[in-house]
Amino acid sequence: MELLLRLTNVCKEFTPVEGENVLAVQDVDLAVGEGEFLSIIGPSGCGKTTLLRIIAGLDRPSRGDVAFANGQNSQDATPTIGLVFQEFALLPWRTVLGNIEFGLEIRGVKKGTRRDKALEYLKIIELEGFENKYPKELSGGMKQRVAIARALICNPKILLMDEPFASLDAQTRFNMQKFLLRIWDKTHKTILFVTHNVDEAVFLSQKIVVLSERPGRIAATICIEMPYPRDVNEPDFARFRKKVFEYVQTT
Amino acid sequence: MTRLKFCLPILVVLLWQLLSMLGLLPYYRLPSPLEIALGVKSLLTEGLPPGYLLYRHALESLFRVFCGFTIAACLGFPLGILMGWSETLRTLLRPFIEVLRPIPPLAWIPIAIIWFGIGIESAAFIIFLGAFFPILLNTVSGVLTVDVRLVEATKVLGAKERHILLKVLAPGSLPSMWTGLRIGLGIAWMTLVAAEFTGVKSGYGLGYLIMVARDIQRPDLVIAGMMTIGIIGYGLDELLRGGQRRLLKWL
Repeated sequence: MELLLRLTNVCKEFTPVEGENVLAVQDVDLAVGEGEFLSIIGPSGCGKTTLLRIIAGLDRPSRGDVAFANGQNSQDATPTIGLVFQEFALLPWRTVLGNIEFGLEIRGVKKGTRRDKALEYLKIIELEGFENKYPKELSGGMKQRVAIARALICNPKILLMDEPFASLDAQTRFNMQKFLLRIWDKTHKTILFVTHNVDEAVFLSQKIVVLSERPGRIAATICIEMPYPRDVNEPDFARFRKKVFEYVQTT
Repeated sequence: MTRLKFCLPILVVLLWQLLSMLGLLPYYRLPSPLEIALGVKSLLTEGLPPGYLLYRHALESLFRVFCGFTIAACLGFPLGILMGWSETLRTLLRPFIEVLRPIPPLAWIPIAIIWFGIGIESAAFIIFLGAFFPILLNTVSGVLTVDVRLVEATKVLGAKERHILLKVLAPGSLPSMWTGLRIGLGIAWMTLVAAEFTGVKSGYGLGYLIMVARDIQRPDLVIAGMMTIGIIGYGLDELLRGGQRRLLKWL
């Protein structure tokens, strides 16, 4: 597997208005391979989101380095990154289609071309017929699909997902997990997935990185050597879930 | 429900007419609804001063409001977005705004006349002052309430500052800005009529009409003029509300 992204000794310190600096992330070394599905898991407040924001270029690391394989630096070349938030962050005044084509619009792609492309992605996210709906008319799962399409249409090198299914009900969440695996299978994108749900991480990922409590450090890296599609009732699944749980609990 | 809306006004008018007919409300204090209706009719057909018809008074007033209000909206909206976007600009301009805003537009009349003379320019200037601050401040607060995640999401998609201004902050502040427009238009309309009382006479205008009616001691015509002002103000607000429903259907 070819290397896509490497984090070297990444630290992040926040300076609050009052009091001492808070170290959110400490000495994180991480290598993400091309086409890999990697999950970062850890307790609340362990710096998972901070790490993702640094990779997305929204925050700068206090120390350390974030580098893409082609020499690009995430701080100045964001277009190769797709980011999906837990809260969807769709533009409420734009229709489904308007949201999906946003990235192309600001790149100056012609109206007809970007419409066609957006419709193509509407098909990929299985939401045909919803092109002219506004976000308020969609369910949580649908909104997240639109957010995924909006990120994918720019053809990012990597898709960063920050607890994307955390606000969905259990059934929708499971459907979305299967949906995401279909997308991954179709597009061969590299996916970096942040979650605090062990089952979700085991169901989805090839590799799981466990972060410790604040300051977040890598406590363990576990490869989930199980073929897709995975079945939560299989003994192997239970074995991996137990293994990840052990690390999550001891951190 | 719509029918219910008219119940009370009709009742009040009937009661009012009854009291007048019983001689409890003398004409010079408060003319009866019937007398006022006849007053409206004479304003429509004969005019006051004779030949100066009501619709010309209304149009003249509307034109003044239109000029001042349009300038206020064209300056207030962009400036509001810039101020919401840049904290530096906010800090720089705040002292001016804080001091200028509490000055009633009418207090500007003497200086307006010195600067622009008597005529449409000074009228437009005074109306501008009345409408500008609500539009500006509501736009600023609208920008400040735009979810920061929307800005981040679009940044990761490759949006530059100008895209963020035009495609995120401007549409995002529209609901609040629209409230500012409605407040601004209300104030503009009120300011105008008061301005026509004092400074800005040119033979036409609803405020001017009321002053003439007062001079010839015709309370029925005074009230007829007041009613016209009320009804036009209501119509203008309905117009903006209609625009709001169409423009902000995503809310």
